[in-house]
Amino acid sequence: MAEQFKLVLKNADSPGYTPDMECYLKHGGYQALRKALATAPRDLPDGKKLSPQEVIRDDVKASGLRGRGGAGFSAGLKWSFVDRRSGKPIYLICNADESEPGTFKDRQILHKDPHQLIEGMVISCWANDVKLAYIYIRGEMPHGARILNQALREARAKGFLGKNILGVGYDLEIHVHRGAGAYICGEETGLIESLEGKRAYPRIKPPYFPAVLGLYMCPTIVNNVETLAAVKHIVEMGPVNYAKLGTPNNTGTRLVSLSGDVQKPGYFEIEVGKVTLGQLINDANFGGGLKPGRTLKAVIPGGSSSKVLKAGEVFKLKRKGADGQMTTVDVPLLDLPYDFDSLQAAGSMSGSGAIIVLDDSRSMVETLANLSEFYAHESCGQCTPCREGALWLAKGTHRLSHGEGRKVDAEYLLHIAQNIQGRTICAFGEAAAWPVLSFVKKFREEFEAHGAAAEAARKNSTSAGTHQH
Amino acid sequence: MAFSVPASLEAELDELTTHYPVKRSASLMYLHALQEHFGFISPEAIAWTARKLDLQPINVYELVTFYPMFRQEPLGKTQIKVCRTLSCALAGSGALRDHYCKKLGLDPHKHVPQTTPDGKYTVEFVECLADCGNAPVVMVNDDLRGKVSLAEADRVLTQ
Ligand SMILES: Cc1cc2nc3c(=O)[nH]c(=O)nc-3n(C[C@H](O)[C@H](O)[C@H](O)COP(=O)(O)O)c2cc1C
Ligand code: SF4
Ligand code: FES
Repeated sequence: MAEQFKLVLKNADSPGYTPDMECYLKHGGYQALRKALATAPRDLPDGKKLSPQEVIRDDVKASGLRGRGGAGFSAGLKWSFVDRRSGKPIYLICNADESEPGTFKDRQILHKDPHQLIEGMVISCWANDVKLAYIYIRGEMPHGARILNQALREARAKGFLGKNILGVGYDLEIHVHRGAGAYICGEETGLIESLEGKRAYPRIKPPYFPAVLGLYMCPTIVNNVETLAAVKHIVEMGPVNYAKLGTPNNTGTRLVSLSGDVQKPGYFEIEVGKVTLGQLINDANFGGGLKPGRTLKAVIPGGSSSKVLKAGEVFKLKRKGADGQMTTVDVPLLDLPYDFDSLQAAGSMSGSGAIIVLDDSRSMVETLANLSEFYAHESCGQCTPCREGALWLAKGTHRLSHGEGRKVDAEYLLHIAQNIQGRTICAFGEAAAWPVLSFVKKFREEFEAHGAAAEAARKNSTSAGTHQH
Repeated sequence: MAFSVPASLEAELDELTTHYPVKRSASLMYLHALQEHFGFISPEAIAWTARKLDLQPINVYELVTFYPMFRQEPLGKTQIKVCRTLSCALAGSGALRDHYCKKLGLDPHKHVPQTTPDGKYTVEFVECLADCGNAPVVMVNDDLRGKVSLAEADRVLTQ
């Protein structure tokens, strides 16, 4: 039977564990930081020498760690893009906005084990010559902000933060910054604008890649909470051992948020790709299966923005055979390993690691109407295709789900969504379009039937009306 | 009553300003603190923040109108935010919200915050509160409540 593998949440979820410094130290806390700061320079075969900071950056790259915030981009590669020659300060921001619907995993780290995040951040900052860093936490987590502030005070008092950290002459400050209820603050450039005290209007890339022109137009690293927490473990266990967890190109552990129509919704930590979507939904160790008498209809596999997968779908995945040859194999939906590459090969993404399960009692029209309303509400409004399009999508799905639609609305929704994606400043445009494109394409009959039924009902009521005259 | 920020709060905010190399960055944190103290963001609070951070009032006002958590009028003593988004909707958050609105005489079709005439409660439909595993989720002032039944929803009103 598939099992959880607790690394990041190992302590947080053990009985009696508390978020204070004393408890963290009792569990080996800040040893990874000591280890990092004592890193020796490394000689490379080509005669080059890596500084201790470069060694850590190299290790993070070698660990294979991929960003846990949504895009799954290599953390080490992201760090390597940082402009270190500009002479400007380098900033690091921890993205604790946790706003992708379906996602509730960063919350676990922030509230239960804040020091683990702080340790990961101090190591990451040291490795990247960062002197000032921020934790951008969503406004609706006031307790989380208090817990973090308390933990930061404790870390300063112990010399893990502030001036001359652990006597090695390194200075770092980390501050908590609170958002105020806008989803778009999770998008890294929107987050940066918000941290600058402005509306969270995302910036256009190029030229505003955070690694070059980020916070205050200085080089900036933005990483997710879980990504930064993982850095601590990479240092602690070494990149080779970390990379042994999970599967090739999908290393380490990952926190999965499971919600919707399962018996036991909740968060689980797994080795990436070692557990399948079906196991996550059905195993007693995880979701515990669907509600009695229900069958699976669809799975939203990586946060509300990811493309929906339909029960019974079979995907073509490339696999390396025992002979080292790549072959294409058929993989049914529930046998998809839960990792970055498999979900991408299935035409969707593992995104923020949030799985929302839909059973046969659910209307796909209503479900999409719910999601589209979210995107209409959260568009920042800068780009016309997104601002107007997201609103039209919401109106179109709303009228379909309220018996006021037309059969052609399915086509109309696809048309709008196609005209949003790829035409906007930030990836929110895709986030709004993808659910629509996938829902309507995969459940077209249902959308058309809703529209046709509404048309028929209207026709009946008008002919009934004429009759009375 | 004239608008006045207590010295202790001002000192706290002055310290917060030092967290940022550019003062303007502190504006969201100012607004949070002022809203916590006064219950909402008044034009005076906007002007005060602008003065403190060397900004024009419009720079602060545009934040108040952009970020959903900031309010320009006083809200109820108990603020009830019911999550509207998918996982909670699947678990019946629509019914929870209707229940609150019916009990308190508010319009269930409005998503914006609505306050009872006696100023006791404000009910609002909000987007995902990042606790979807405990759906349906309701936030009561600063506290999250998960797996909220109608009976539990009523308890919020009697406490
Ligand atoms: C609309 C939108 C919302 C996002 N929301 C979040 C979020 O809430 N938390 C997060 O960590 N990343 C979010 N991201 C991804 C960030 O832009 C960024 O890629 C991420 O924080 C990088 O961290 P990582 O490389 O460690 O994953 C969002 C992206 C988009 C386009
Ligand atoms: S795509 Fe949407 S959210 Fe992103 S910048 Fe444009 S309008 Fe704003
Ligand atoms: S959908 Fe309600 S907390 Fe996420």
